[in-house]
Amino acid sequence: MSVMYSSITKKIWMSLMGLFLMIFLVVHLGINLLLLFDSTRELYNVVAHFMGTNPVIQIFQWVLFLGFAIHIVLGVLLQIQNWIARPKGYKVKATSEDSFFSKYMIHTGIIIFVFLGIHFLNFFFRVKIFHDIPDFILDGVNTGMEDMGIVVIELFKIPGYVVGYIIALLILGFHLDHAFQSAFQSLGLNHEKYTPFIKGLGHIYSIVISLGYIVIPLVIYFTK
Amino acid sequence: MDLKLKIWRQAGPDAEGKFVHYPVHNISQDASFLEMMDILNEELVANGEEPVAFDHDCREGICGMCSLFINGYPHGPDDSITTCQLHMRKFKDGETIVIEPWRAKPFPIIKDLMVDRSAFDEIIQAGGYVSINTGGVPDANAIPIKKEHADLAMDAAACIGCGACVAACKNASAMLFVSAKVSQFALLPQGKIEAKLRVENMVAKMDDLGFGNCTNTYACEAECPKDISIANIARMNREFLVAKLS
Amino acid sequence: MTKLDSKIPAGPLAEKWTNYKAHQNLVNPANKRKIDVIVVGTGLAGGSAAASLSELGFNVKVFCIQDSPRRAHSIAAQGGINAAKNYPNDGDSVYRLFYDTVKGGDYRAREANVYRLAEVSNNIIDQCVAQGVPFAREYGGLLDNRSFGGALVSRTFYARGQTGQQLLLGAYSALSKEINKGSVEMFTRREMMDIVIMDGKARGIIVRNLVTGELERHGAHAVLLATGGYGNVFFLSTNAMTSNGSAAWKAYKRGAYFGDPSFVQIHPTCIPVHGDYQSKLTLMSESLRNDGRIWVPKKKEDAELIQQGKLSPVKIPEEDRDYYLERRYPAFGNLVPRDVASRAAKERCDAGHGVGNTGLAVYLDFKDAINRLGKNVIEARYGNLFQMYEKIVDENPYETPMMIYPAIHYTMGGIWVDYELQSTIPGLFVGGEANFSDHGANRLGASALMQGLSDGYFVLPYTMQNYLADQINIPHFDTNTPEFNQTANDVQGTIDKLFAVNGSKTVDSFHKRLGLIMWDHVGMARNKEGLEKAISEIKELRKEFWENVSVPGEKTGMNVELEKALRVVDFLELGELMARDALDRNESCGGHFREEYKTPEGEAMRDDSKYMYVSAWEYKGADNEPQLHKEPLIYENIEVKQRNYKTA
Repeated sequence: MSVMYSSITKKIWMSLMGLFLMIFLVVHLGINLLLLFDSTRELYNVVAHFMGTNPVIQIFQWVLFLGFAIHIVLGVLLQIQNWIARPKGYKVKATSEDSFFSKYMIHTGIIIFVFLGIHFLNFFFRVKIFHDIPDFILDGVNTGMEDMGIVVIELFKIPGYVVGYIIALLILGFHLDHAFQSAFQSLGLNHEKYTPFIKGLGHIYSIVISLGYIVIPLVIYFTK
Repeated sequence: MDLKLKIWRQAGPDAEGKFVHYPVHNISQDASFLEMMDILNEELVANGEEPVAFDHDCREGICGMCSLFINGYPHGPDDSITTCQLHMRKFKDGETIVIEPWRAKPFPIIKDLMVDRSAFDEIIQAGGYVSINTGGVPDANAIPIKKEHADLAMDAAACIGCGACVAACKNASAMLFVSAKVSQFALLPQGKIEAKLRVENMVAKMDDLGFGNCTNTYACEAECPKDISIANIARMNREFLVAKLS
Repeated sequence: MTKLDSKIPAGPLAEKWTNYKAHQNLVNPANKRKIDVIVVGTGLAGGSAAASLSELGFNVKVFCIQDSPRRAHSIAAQGGINAAKNYPNDGDSVYRLFYDTVKGGDYRAREANVYRLAEVSNNIIDQCVAQGVPFAREYGGLLDNRSFGGALVSRTFYARGQTGQQLLLGAYSALSKEINKGSVEMFTRREMMDIVIMDGKARGIIVRNLVTGELERHGAHAVLLATGGYGNVFFLSTNAMTSNGSAAWKAYKRGAYFGDPSFVQIHPTCIPVHGDYQSKLTLMSESLRNDGRIWVPKKKEDAELIQQGKLSPVKIPEEDRDYYLERRYPAFGNLVPRDVASRAAKERCDAGHGVGNTGLAVYLDFKDAINRLGKNVIEARYGNLFQMYEKIVDENPYETPMMIYPAIHYTMGGIWVDYELQSTIPGLFVGGEANFSDHGANRLGASALMQGLSDGYFVLPYTMQNYLADQINIPHFDTNTPEFNQTANDVQGTIDKLFAVNGSKTVDSFHKRLGLIMWDHVGMARNKEGLEKAISEIKELRKEFWENVSVPGEKTGMNVELEKALRVVDFLELGELMARDALDRNESCGGHFREEYKTPEGEAMRDDSKYMYVSAWEYKGADNEPQLHKEPLIYENIEVKQRNYKTA
């Protein structure tokens, strides 16, 4: 038992799920950006509809949820164990030169989790449970698809929502900045030649993802 | 120089502890940190008080006995040294120095600043060796080893088992310590034979003892007096993965 | 002199050990489980012996003073370990290693023991490599060697500047393996207080649990002491803080003879003393002498200016530097043995050429080596040592020459043992630095590790078994016998007596004063008058100690001051015996230098006709003088010569 659920096993699952979610973030960003390149929202809505109805994607969706669940449950579990491992803390906190964001993964993780909940309320549950998304009318014709695009645009016209969204994604960026190279380390992929490259790539990835998502509400808020 | 010390005093493993303030005067800049502690203790003894208990032995940075969490740093605010190699010139006259014991569940306090690190011995006993008996071994040069590998193994083997990695880690994880030993043997042909069992047993023991999990913060590497690299942790993760998958 | 039988096996020198092993008594595997062995100390000798005895099948109880067996002071040895492998093909052989060791020890070691040491040296390297000790290697993948003081060949194996650490961790790993197996029971944070003798045999020990303060009793069929040397009698030495002579001293007081107590090694390359609060001295590896050149200013005026901090050594031109070792010993130069190098440094400093603010230091200069090999090479070889030096002294040795001065480092003397490493108490074996050992009057660099591991891995498992072979019918020992009670009461009596003094001076203040007496009169240079003075001063100090020492705290629980006090009690007696032994030896040999006995050039002058013996002192009670026994040293395979490091 203890071998099955050893600390390293958990870490490896944590990193594998993390990498998986990171790929998902790229796909999701790609779809979101479609909103900026098509004022009719057709592209975006077609892809959204495809993602929402394609049987393969529907199955894959559950894999994704599982990925989230494993990542979150393990993250919390690891953190609880870590707190137990030091019942009494220091008076003067360690200020060692370590990876800064790494110390706050549970905190950034919780914020992202809350954000994820709001995100589900705003989009996923509305499509899947409440069914209150307006139909997408293209050139006066009802396409029979939901107009997800308009939902997004309307949300991004609310200043408070935009600010919240930007903060959440900045925090996601911080989470990713450590996560990217950490995932490789946990999988044992550390090499004096390649690790600096992976770390660099991690910074670029987290900045691109974070800014990529942030650009969308900004453009929508100020132009539409 | 004059200093204000704030030292954790705790009579025994189950006793309540507290910080006690001690001023010390006329400390030479060239004195080592532990010599400063000696001077304090000499004064305490002269006044009929209990001296502060702290672990120390070789006083040249190799036995791994000394510890102390000084102003937020294991082994104090200097790089690549143990507390016994820390010198008072690293501090300012009049400075307040907070001295705490290593804090981790598997390192219970014995008295004052002294902690029980036998958990480390237990981890080594779980597999930190090559299972050969005395005698009957081949000629030393019958086992050629790539110099790069021998050097990397030596880098890992330089660990002194002081526990600064655990003390520094926000999770009280012992991964750097365990991985240093796993790496040393993983890099050498002598160690490869029982590599699978070794990594599984040592990691299982580490977990059982209640050390925290590694979250790759790398505070351990920053505080290690022997500059053991976190590349060893990655190597252990790799070894563990391979062991589980084979 | 009846008891002093060295038990050297018959036959030609090269066959003695083989013959011994071929004819010794063995214990059958099933019976080994019935036999208990106590090992005190987990350094190279104790750790390796405990592991090897357990591998054979004996029940082993191991005791160490630190919190873990991995911390024994063997860990601090830096330079390397000798072996006669002759891998570099430079003419080494078992005989040559034997010869160099006997000669290095100034012909005061037992031939047969030293030959056995040289013989098993090769097995040690094989064993350690098989354990995974990461020795330095060449690009071809084979082991690298370097040269060391006192030898003309490169026979020293090393693991950076941490050879002792790596070898100790090797022995510790073997011990851990046996603990895991369940045949070794490990007791940490225990200090041996006394040995229990039953029917004239060593049958157990009393230890003090340093955490709880309790006295604990342990019985066994045989006891092995591997408790290291007693260099801390000098207060300042390169030994660890807990290194002490008490275990050996207790053995002596229970009837084991003490061999050559005055043979102390002074290491030439230590960081000089800097203040009176100093707790210990730091050694810089002797390997530095491979590339560093030792010098002092030729002109006294220059030395004085340096001492006052008005002149920097880098400003002194080449022609004004006195490379005194190269001048006096052209063949060996900076690589003369430790005793020779130490005395030469003292001689220059006494003559007023010393440097540093105390005038008690000489330079070890890497300027030429850096010019010749480049800074990178020097950094690769000695980087960690240079860094250590800079941390302590706050000077950059790449730019300013290092300052070094001799310091107490190792004690060749110790409990007298026979060829089987058994003391004059049957069943009490002594290994490593704790025995009077194979180094004669001076130990060569990289030989201590060799001796410790030789004793532990390859000698004691055989010889102890030989002793235990007729003990298989003796059941496990009850520790409630009158003998155990008596010994435990004796220990408790000493503790009670210490608390009863209730004086006003700290233990350390007495220890420091003892150290000064020892350093001044029983140190690098000794003379009759000084030694007599030392004996009377130590007696007085001892008296004062028992009248005015202050031991605060409680008898139970952890009490560091009590621990120190108990050790100083023994040092105060041991110091006197050292002086007495030095006074008896009216000659100069190895580390023992009597100012009255030197050649016109100031070199040590032995007197082989009168002093070619091991002195073995027998305790005769607190109020009587100890009795000297002499074990004559017979050299059949070596031509005894005056040591000469001027020409090869």
